[in-house]
Amino acid sequence: MDIIKAITDEYLKSDLPEFRPGDTVKVHVKVVEGEKERIQVYEGVVVKRQGKGATETFTVRRVAYGVVVERTFPVHSPRIDKIEVIRFGRVRRAKLYYLKDRIGKAARIKDKK
Amino acid sequence: MTKAILGKKLGMTSIFQNGKMIPVTVIQAGPCYVTQIKSKENDGYEGVQVGFLPRKKQRTNKPLMGHFAKASIESPLKILKEIPVAVQENQELALGMEIKTDIFEKGEIIDVTGTSKGKGFAGSIKRHGFSCGPMGHGSHFHRANGSNGTIDPGHVFKGKKMPGRMGGNKVTVQNLEIADVIIDMNIILVKGAIPGSKKSIVTVKSAIKKQGR
Repeated sequence: MDIIKAITDEYLKSDLPEFRPGDTVKVHVKVVEGEKERIQVYEGVVVKRQGKGATETFTVRRVAYGVVVERTFPVHSPRIDKIEVIRFGRVRRAKLYYLKDRIGKAARIKDKK
Repeated sequence: MTKAILGKKLGMTSIFQNGKMIPVTVIQAGPCYVTQIKSKENDGYEGVQVGFLPRKKQRTNKPLMGHFAKASIESPLKILKEIPVAVQENQELALGMEIKTDIFEKGEIIDVTGTSKGKGFAGSIKRHGFSCGPMGHGSHFHRANGSNGTIDPGHVFKGKKMPGRMGGNKVTVQNLEIADVIIDMNIILVKGAIPGSKKSIVTVKSAIKKQGR
């Protein structure tokens, strides 16, 4: 197990902010278009975070033009420039699957005090 | 040239290459040592036996210690197996020769042979991929075999697919790609999954169908 950790250690990011399900985050994603690379910001609520080490991923839910989009990113992906936490939400679940069939007011999350 | 090395499956993880996440299996491969060279005169065929993983001296019997002494290997080895050994031009096949992960390089196509995980006594659906019967509406036919054949021959044909022991077989997965080789740690990272449980012994061989890119 330690050997696997030693192999993946070089891929892990050390400057990650602390974020949990329920938090609103801005994910700065590097998008490759042809030869150029630009940064796209993807903002939304973290619905889940799963796995550990290099395989850890998180899912961000975002409402774009009335359509709900859920996108999963590897936490340590080099394609992610940075993650900004905008709001800390208060939720009582680790996986916010109940948000899936809610839109608008019903999908609000209270702020953490 | 076919070349091979013995390894121990350590588990799976992911690495990032060119911005992409790649699932890899970590194999601790080698160092292996040549313990016996079989020749046509002595053994009736040509082959090379190699040893892998250290074994305790007090757990090794005298005949086996003698076998290692012949190859002038001081510390005994646990696993002995015959594998194809590639010999470089400036090198000659010799007893006690070390085989390390540096025989493989990144991007090479390989085959991996191992023993698959045992599943115990499994039904025909899991073992042979038979389809299920309807689970409801009073069907009373759920996961059973179905018919064993026609009445005419008066017996069931040999090789009829039935429930039984599943897994624990020798399985080869072909055309896997080497994602990375870490020589100083004796590690090979193979893209994708390989047969067997963690800590099981596998043989990593150059692919017989595709040669490296």
